[in-house]
Amino acid sequence: MDPNAQSVEAANVASHESAWRRVRRNWSVRLGGVVLALLVLVAVAAPLLGTVDPTLFDAASRDLVPGKTGEITTLDGDYIKHKFLFGSDSFGRDIYSRVMYGTRVSLMVGLLAALLSLAFGIVCGLSAGYLRWLDGILMRFMDGLMAIPAILIAIALVALWRGSLVTVVVAIAIPEIPRVTRLVRSLVLSIREEPYVEAAVALGTPTWKIMFGHILPNTIAPLVVQGTYICASAILVEAILSFLGVGLPPDIPTWGNIMAEGRRQFIEFPHNIFIPGVFLAVTVLAVNILGDGLRDTLDPKMAKRV
Amino acid sequence: MLNFIARRVLATVPVLVIVAVLVFLLLRLTPGDPAAILAGDAASTDQIAQIRSSLGLDRPIPVQFGIWVGHLATGDLGESFYYKQSVTSLIGQRLEPTLSLALMTIVIAVLVSVPLGVIAAWRFGGWFDRALMGFSVMGFSIPVFVLAYILIWIVSVKLGWLPVQGYKRLADGFWPYLQHLILPSITLSVIFIALIARVTRASVLEALGEDYIRTARAKGLREAQVLIRHALANAAVPIVTVIGIGIALLIGGVVVTETVYAIPGLGRLTVDAVLARDFPTIQGVILFFSLVYVGVNLAVDLSYVFLDPRIRY
Repeated sequence: MDPNAQSVEAANVASHESAWRRVRRNWSVRLGGVVLALLVLVAVAAPLLGTVDPTLFDAASRDLVPGKTGEITTLDGDYIKHKFLFGSDSFGRDIYSRVMYGTRVSLMVGLLAALLSLAFGIVCGLSAGYLRWLDGILMRFMDGLMAIPAILIAIALVALWRGSLVTVVVAIAIPEIPRVTRLVRSLVLSIREEPYVEAAVALGTPTWKIMFGHILPNTIAPLVVQGTYICASAILVEAILSFLGVGLPPDIPTWGNIMAEGRRQFIEFPHNIFIPGVFLAVTVLAVNILGDGLRDTLDPKMAKRV
Repeated sequence: MLNFIARRVLATVPVLVIVAVLVFLLLRLTPGDPAAILAGDAASTDQIAQIRSSLGLDRPIPVQFGIWVGHLATGDLGESFYYKQSVTSLIGQRLEPTLSLALMTIVIAVLVSVPLGVIAAWRFGGWFDRALMGFSVMGFSIPVFVLAYILIWIVSVKLGWLPVQGYKRLADGFWPYLQHLILPSITLSVIFIALIARVTRASVLEALGEDYIRTARAKGLREAQVLIRHALANAAVPIVTVIGIGIALLIGGVVVTETVYAIPGLGRLTVDAVLARDFPTIQGVILFFSLVYVGVNLAVDLSYVFLDPRIRY
């Protein structure tokens, strides 16, 4: 019915393949990707890595320094001997297990927040860029949202809704939506002038099909790059929220929560903050490096700007 | 030019209106009685009823918004039930530490990052350039509070050079005041340095490719003069712009830094208000910070007139 669309799709496939090859050869992508893959492995295999249930504690094993052996009470009331590789916190919980399980929360929050803000940003950006009557009001709204510092929105929303995985992800994603919207809108405004879009309009293709079938596929490369950066910042913001005590409930093992717990005894037991801190920094660094590599290979225009 | 200034000032009005609407809706769209939320968990029914009538919460939403904006216009941000005083005076009391921290951070960041960015652009592709870009990615990735604890650990605990935490007012003497601000400002400036250095490098690099640079070199100017008088001067607009945008990052950083260093400023107030679920204060602080952010960016826009004489309005 729409021979035009087909040829556009074919062209896309060809350019995707060469782009994919360029991406794979980029050193930043390789480095960031490998570190991230390892972290995903840790998150998935957390129960197999010599960990115990991260919520278990034992009063006799409080405040152990890394490497010490102590005991831990299981849910059935049995005592097991356990080596505290990263020490224990002031409840006698194993920090190694909490850090390993914390990888799950950080990666999950980063991924979900990026996907959520991309989804909303794409819908808003496509609408603003393609439906002129909506453009003015929607973009003014986004300007207003952008005028409120992101972390304050997140803090206020979590305070109102009380912390859970869903509320934290939503609260982190909302302030990112305006930036995605702006990006998608500017892409749409330039793509809609392309001859293949004009041709589709001339053939009477319905608006929604032009938006999602012709314009959206051409915004994917910059959006992947943007999504990576959102993921990095979401991981940071989640840790900050938990660290401040306004994020996920304190018994859930997250890197931010471990550090929040370690705050009171920082001078005596700095490893409670430094170990999860290193994991957090390395994770965010890996995602950022991956993002830089993707930007350089997928989005040369942006690479030149920054 | 007056025309331009007037137009820019007017353009911020819709932004401020949207910010006000969003902060207003924040509470209204939450399940539960806004009066009960505003009065706090320990409030009596009388107090809740009093808040309900003063904010007109039994009236339609647009009327409520009108009443609320009316209160704002007179500087009334409501009453904090946690601190038992008006939010406006609370913000006033907490302003000095935050303002000191923010200003010192910006001064450190600009003094460090602009020269670094210029040198990196000048030696584009060299080891210095690559090292700076590497540092910049790290600066974006290291969490502010982790950096804060590393600095406290090394400088205050191990070396004993500076106090671990706390704050001294300027009225208590300049040296103690400065001592308590050094570490927090350095902590906070790292991400700012990463941001500004990147933009300085990119915009100086772009300017260096222009014809007037070749001309400047051809007429025998010293390299330092070419870089500063010609390249950096022409790169000023994006650098100042990114400082303005970076204020949002700075505000986020202030919240964290003040918590770690136990500085009784607006950031600490925000966290305490959230932990106590003190919504009048949360709303007030968000409005205040947003106003500052919009104001700074307005000032940045207006500064273009002076920074770039080519811009004519």
